[in-house]
Amino acid sequence: MTKTRAMLDRELTDINELILRIGSLVDAAIEHSMQALAQRDVDLARKVSADDAGVNALRFEIEEACLALIARQQPAASDLRAALAAFSIVTDLERMGDHAAGIARTVLHMGDEPLLKPLIDLPRMAEICREMLRLALQAYIQRDVEKAVLIIAMDDSVDALYTQIFREILSFMVEDPRTTSRGLYLMFAAHNLERIGDRVTNIVERILFMTSGELRELNPKVSKAVADLLE
Amino acid sequence: MNSVEGDTPVLQVRGLSLYYGSFRAARDIDLSIPRRRITAIIGSSGCGKSTLLRSFNRMNDFIPGFRVEGQVRFAGQDIYGGSVDPVSLRRRIGMVFQKPNPFPKSIYENVAWGARVHGFQGSLDDLVERSLRQAALWDDVQDGLNHSALSLDGGQQQRLCIARALAVEPEIILMDEPCSALDPIATLKIEDLMRELATDYTIIIVTHNMQQAARASDYTAMMAMDDDRAGTVVEFDVTEKVFTRPKDKRTEDYVTGRFG
Repeated sequence: MTKTRAMLDRELTDINELILRIGSLVDAAIEHSMQALAQRDVDLARKVSADDAGVNALRFEIEEACLALIARQQPAASDLRAALAAFSIVTDLERMGDHAAGIARTVLHMGDEPLLKPLIDLPRMAEICREMLRLALQAYIQRDVEKAVLIIAMDDSVDALYTQIFREILSFMVEDPRTTSRGLYLMFAAHNLERIGDRVTNIVERILFMTSGELRELNPKVSKAVADLLE
Repeated sequence: MNSVEGDTPVLQVRGLSLYYGSFRAARDIDLSIPRRRITAIIGSSGCGKSTLLRSFNRMNDFIPGFRVEGQVRFAGQDIYGGSVDPVSLRRRIGMVFQKPNPFPKSIYENVAWGARVHGFQGSLDDLVERSLRQAALWDDVQDGLNHSALSLDGGQQQRLCIARALAVEPEIILMDEPCSALDPIATLKIEDLMRELATDYTIIIVTHNMQQAARASDYTAMMAMDDDRAGTVVEFDVTEKVFTRPKDKRTEDYVTGRFG
């Protein structure tokens, strides 16, 4: 059968490229917010916070492109799922941008209070989150479910680190309540990273939906990290 | 004035009313058709879409009692002005009809015909090949140019009619429901072809298939009938807006399938 629907294909490709673009903005935001935290770089933190507006604008641009594609090209089957998946993925990416901006704003709140402790697990968490994000973007573009499901186990590592950080900081605060505010700053940062990890697993769910049509929750409602802490 | 900023108009319709005897089929139409874009005219049956389209190259002149008020400006003059020759106008503004209507001659002769009539001087073989390639038909027919045009399937016949229109090197191609006699795949092929042609030509298409207008056009004009049954343009905008955020209630009702 001859190939038709060049317009539809082009518009889907355009949406893919926009998703990659917003994905790399979010990746940079995570990287820079953690750098700002580690180096207490207030200017960089301000920049990350300000740049979030660009992520928000791009999100609406992508939603607009999906809306136009659905209204104009009347996609069906895998094309329809791809457009709906993109609409959903962009929401997750935009929220991840907010979480990175949240870390940056924490840096601004800290003023010149010294870090409670040297950063070890937080940068590891951030690195895993960024790796998850990069893998998710690749899997999305390549429609590669096998690659996408690797991300689920990585999120377990993020959750485990979060639990560990939470307990560690809690013990600081119990031992010396004067450390509470400095402890909370790091907990905020860890919480933001944990949420970023969960958002990436949402993207994995959408890749699964896009490729197979299956709608399945990969991320339990109460995240494992929180469940562990409540035990 | 129904126009959208950004693209240069190639055809400007000003205060146009179209009559068949005492019946007014279209009233006070203002429209700026952007150059090298695809403009769709949509609206329910009998709202004057085809009448309006045919007025753009004076095809209605053949209908007794047909009369025009207002202007259709093209290339710096009103096409209904006294000095305009309708035959040369129709060379510059070509037309493709609802039912493919190839001549009962060979594929080659169908394409070469218009050029011959207009006294074409160059290589007819080259012109035929170029036109068939532009119409995405060359690969299908290059080994059988002397076969009867009637041996082609419906979609191929319609592409042949497009090649025939292209062979006289028009600036605007009017398409009146060009896919209504075609199956869905042949329809999508014509739409892909329209997209390619829009890099060099202005296309105006009348369609009762609003999904087709949504898919294939850059701009959409929505027509509706007033109480006296005269058609008017109620909305004209980039197609994306018409199909995602129409301004007029009648457009909303039509594109959502609730009316018409």
